[in-house]
Amino acid sequence: MGSEKRVKISVQNLNFYYGDFHALHDISMDMYENHVTALIGPSGCGKSTFLRCINRMNDLILGTRVEGKLLLDGKDLYDPKVDVVEVRRKVGMVFQKPNPFPKSIFENVAYGLRVNGVKDKKFIAHRVEESLKMAAIWDEVKDRLHSSALGLSGGQQQRLCIARALAMEPEVLLMDEPASALDPIATQKIEDLIFELKKRFTIVIVTHNMQQAARVSDYTAFFYMGRLVEVDTTDVIFTRPKEKQTEDYITGRFG
Amino acid sequence: MLSRKQKDFLVKSIFFVIALVSILILFLIMFYLFREGLPIFEVVSVKDFLFGRYWYPTSDPPAFGIFPLLVGSIYVTALSTLIAVPLGVMTAIYLAEIASPALRNIVKPIVELLAGMPSVVIGFFGMVVVAPFLQNYLDLDSGLNLFNASLMLAFMSVPTICSISEDAIFSVPRELKEGSLALGATHFQTIVKVIIPASLSGISTSIILGMSRAIGETMVVLMVAGGAAMIPESIFDPVRPMPASIAAEMAEAPFHSNHYYALFAIGIVLFLFTLAFNMIADHISHKYRQVGAATL
Repeated sequence: MGSEKRVKISVQNLNFYYGDFHALHDISMDMYENHVTALIGPSGCGKSTFLRCINRMNDLILGTRVEGKLLLDGKDLYDPKVDVVEVRRKVGMVFQKPNPFPKSIFENVAYGLRVNGVKDKKFIAHRVEESLKMAAIWDEVKDRLHSSALGLSGGQQQRLCIARALAMEPEVLLMDEPASALDPIATQKIEDLIFELKKRFTIVIVTHNMQQAARVSDYTAFFYMGRLVEVDTTDVIFTRPKEKQTEDYITGRFG
Repeated sequence: MLSRKQKDFLVKSIFFVIALVSILILFLIMFYLFREGLPIFEVVSVKDFLFGRYWYPTSDPPAFGIFPLLVGSIYVTALSTLIAVPLGVMTAIYLAEIASPALRNIVKPIVELLAGMPSVVIGFFGMVVVAPFLQNYLDLDSGLNLFNASLMLAFMSVPTICSISEDAIFSVPRELKEGSLALGATHFQTIVKVIIPASLSGISTSIILGMSRAIGETMVVLMVAGGAAMIPESIFDPVRPMPASIAAEMAEAPFHSNHYYALFAIGIVLFLFTLAFNMIADHISHKYRQVGAATL
């Protein structure tokens, strides 16, 4: 890790509530530009909730509340003046289950551009191709761009969803267990992809798979019971964690 | 005492017989419909029956052309669909996507209860409230006409359309909706571009079932359609849809007369219409069922 790293996302004393349930306790951490930050921890520890705070996806759930600050390039995403649609254009997301729209492969990738008012057909076609290439799926779909995305395999669908997010040229890419529904070969492809993508984007990934976190990430944050237990470089977390809880989890003694 | 096995067999047999009887009776009714309706085609050809422009079953010589009745039914159904679809589908979108869950839980059952409103009540309302209103404000000869009947039928099909569409829209997976919003789409764009296309088969099914309800409905059209067996030139002309003809004339048609056979034949036509609607609805809901994350 070079010394030129820049803070992309800064989280300061973030608290999150589902109604009366206090789901995230006082989270503070930084995430760096062009680096991959992995969020790990047992089920229900709040890592996905935290991820969904970064593109304000939790706004959709009734009765949720956020306290504290979540800064993207120094600007608070939860400032009342911030347009949530604008946030989601900058912060793309790939979900746990591949969720292509019941449309053609081309239209899936073009969707984000179209809803954001891009009309230029040449530009859209160019961006679709570029995104599909970046997501390493172009060769598999270039001859059937106009057939339904639902005919693709699970792994292909997930890479299509990544392409769909990339087409928006987001600054940050959130990935919520993007490989959990995939077989090992498809998982391998997604992991290789993450390695390529971090050259252009800041990536935050939630994963249940410890090896995956170790393989793809530069930083790892360990969450437990809605609290951030420890965050450091992946190397440190996996070899000499400061907290006993982290060590126990990493070595598989619980969770 | 019966053994456990014998009891089991007995229970199965009872259910089988009951199921058989109810299906058999429906088949017998269908058989009867065809037996009593088909003889009219010895007097008049199928083409003249369907496309003949004059329905004078009691004149001498009688004319058995049901074209005016057929057109009356089709117009009334089409116009009522035109009114009911925007109302029903938009209400469904509101309930499934925009209304708070609390409001949805109150309004949805109410809409479904409205489906149980007796048609005679709706007909009565059309007769004593809507008809005078149309007559006075639009300066018509009679408020009992195609438009009034369509409006009343629309109110009858709105609950069907709304309820089934709402189920379809509500069952669009949350992942699809989130996928769209995560790409920077607004809620409205998400509804139009993702949620409606994903629930289109359910919405289409609801529309066709609503139409099937409208075309077979008898009491409302008997009361408010005006009853004139002529091809309407405007939506404010009176019409005599097929079910209204059957209901109005069956009592006075002599048993096994040509008039009697003709009315049954109208019943066959009506039956074929609703059968077709239901088959189309069934086809759409099965064939266009989506796979993968978009499964309805």
